[in-house]
Amino acid sequence: MKPLALLGRAVLAALAMIGRIALFAFDAVSHILRPPFYGREFLSALMNIGWLSLPVVGLTAVFTGGALALQIYAGGSRFNAEAVVPQIVAVGMVRELGPVLVGLMIAARVTSSIAAEIATMKVTEQIDALVTLSTHPMKYLTVPRVLAAVLVVPLLVGVGDIIGIFGGYAVATGTLGFNPAAYIRNTVNFLEPLDVISSLTKGAVFGFAAALMGCYHGMNSGRGAMGVGRATKTAVEGAAILILAANFVLTGVFFTL
Amino acid sequence: MIEMTDIRKSFGSNHVLRGLNLSIPKGTSMVIIGGSGTGKSIALKCILGLIKQDSGTITVDGTDASKGDRDAFLARFGMLFQGGALFDSLPVWQNVAFRLLRGSLKRPHDEARAIAIEKLRRVGLKEDVADRFPAELSGGMQKRVGLARAIAAEPEIIFFDEPTTGLDPIMSGVINELIREIVVEMGATAMTITHDMTSVRAIADNIAMLHEGVIQWTGPVSEMDQSGNPYLEQFIQGKAEGPIEAVR
Repeated sequence: MKPLALLGRAVLAALAMIGRIALFAFDAVSHILRPPFYGREFLSALMNIGWLSLPVVGLTAVFTGGALALQIYAGGSRFNAEAVVPQIVAVGMVRELGPVLVGLMIAARVTSSIAAEIATMKVTEQIDALVTLSTHPMKYLTVPRVLAAVLVVPLLVGVGDIIGIFGGYAVATGTLGFNPAAYIRNTVNFLEPLDVISSLTKGAVFGFAAALMGCYHGMNSGRGAMGVGRATKTAVEGAAILILAANFVLTGVFFTL
Repeated sequence: MIEMTDIRKSFGSNHVLRGLNLSIPKGTSMVIIGGSGTGKSIALKCILGLIKQDSGTITVDGTDASKGDRDAFLARFGMLFQGGALFDSLPVWQNVAFRLLRGSLKRPHDEARAIAIEKLRRVGLKEDVADRFPAELSGGMQKRVGLARAIAAEPEIIFFDEPTTGLDPIMSGVINELIREIVVEMGATAMTITHDMTSVRAIADNIAMLHEGVIQWTGPVSEMDQSGNPYLEQFIQGKAEGPIEAVR
């Protein structure tokens, strides 16, 4: 009976956490729609999540696009399909790799930073101080970050898609002998509006998940340095899993229904 | 007048407050003393609504603290936190003027900055501190900034949580004097939590000794040394032997 009880307890704990996160998400969304709004905090979050993430997003995308071109060329050559490199790089980057990699990089960079910052605020009583200063922590800390992430991560995904395709283009035209004009023409002609829409939608959902998990785990951090460390780790793990699960669901919704 | 009646609060099997009763008359300075982990901070946080008590009532000037307009209620309070709790991302003046830059007490930017600088001066800090960040300040300066923030909106009630913890004796003396001066000057009701008996004698009109979740003794500070209460005597004299069990 003991293993069953342990399993049951773990399942119940997991369900309880999902419930708490869902309630936190509803609370955050409801606060987005109600004043007061903290414009300066929102702009600061836009800068931190968007502008300062550009270098890591760009580097991730360019290397992934280049590697993808090499893989498709090498794999395609086994059945004389080397010519499809532009099309597969474009569809692979825009539909799948662009959003997922940008989402995961945002989870690594932004979720961790949000969770650590808010958790530190919690253990140093800064969140209590906010309350005593008549400022709702959800409005001041969570809403600006979540809203900024929802708006700016799709833009990062768009930039990542373009840079990733450029990475594939650079490798294909530089080392694999593709004609530059034909490569661009094939890329543009092959992509459909739905590919781009799905990519940007995934970006918005992943941004929401990444910021939400950072805020939730930060606000619910344990005490001390260990509490902050655990909150940060759990937030990044949670964000990554949520992003990959949402990617699976959204891919199904966009391309199979 | 702050009135706490039969306040109980437990965390799992740890019964921290077990029927706390305490009255703090308007315009007086109450200091709560007691060992670590006896629930002093919990009591204070219950008044502010940062922690909800399991049972019991708290009234401020006859009004239930858990009811009514929360913003208006909190606007009556200022609080100095143990570690300062200054916002790292904001410069000192914005920390001090935090309440004046947003919400119902919002003032124009320049006016809020002028008030912040005046409050910084009041706690003995120069204008050049205003544009520095909390991490650039010493512990004593951070306490002063926290104090300036607590009084910036001229609250009716001010809470001080361990105001001298981590400070050297001279800086502790400075902070104690500042607290006493400010409370008298503003006519505010003050509630302080401390272990520091020098602070108690400098700040208090009345004291309350909290142990095992209840107030063991309360009365004017002038009667503290002749209280005849074994808990209070042991605490004041810092003895290991007595009714308060000392873990070695």
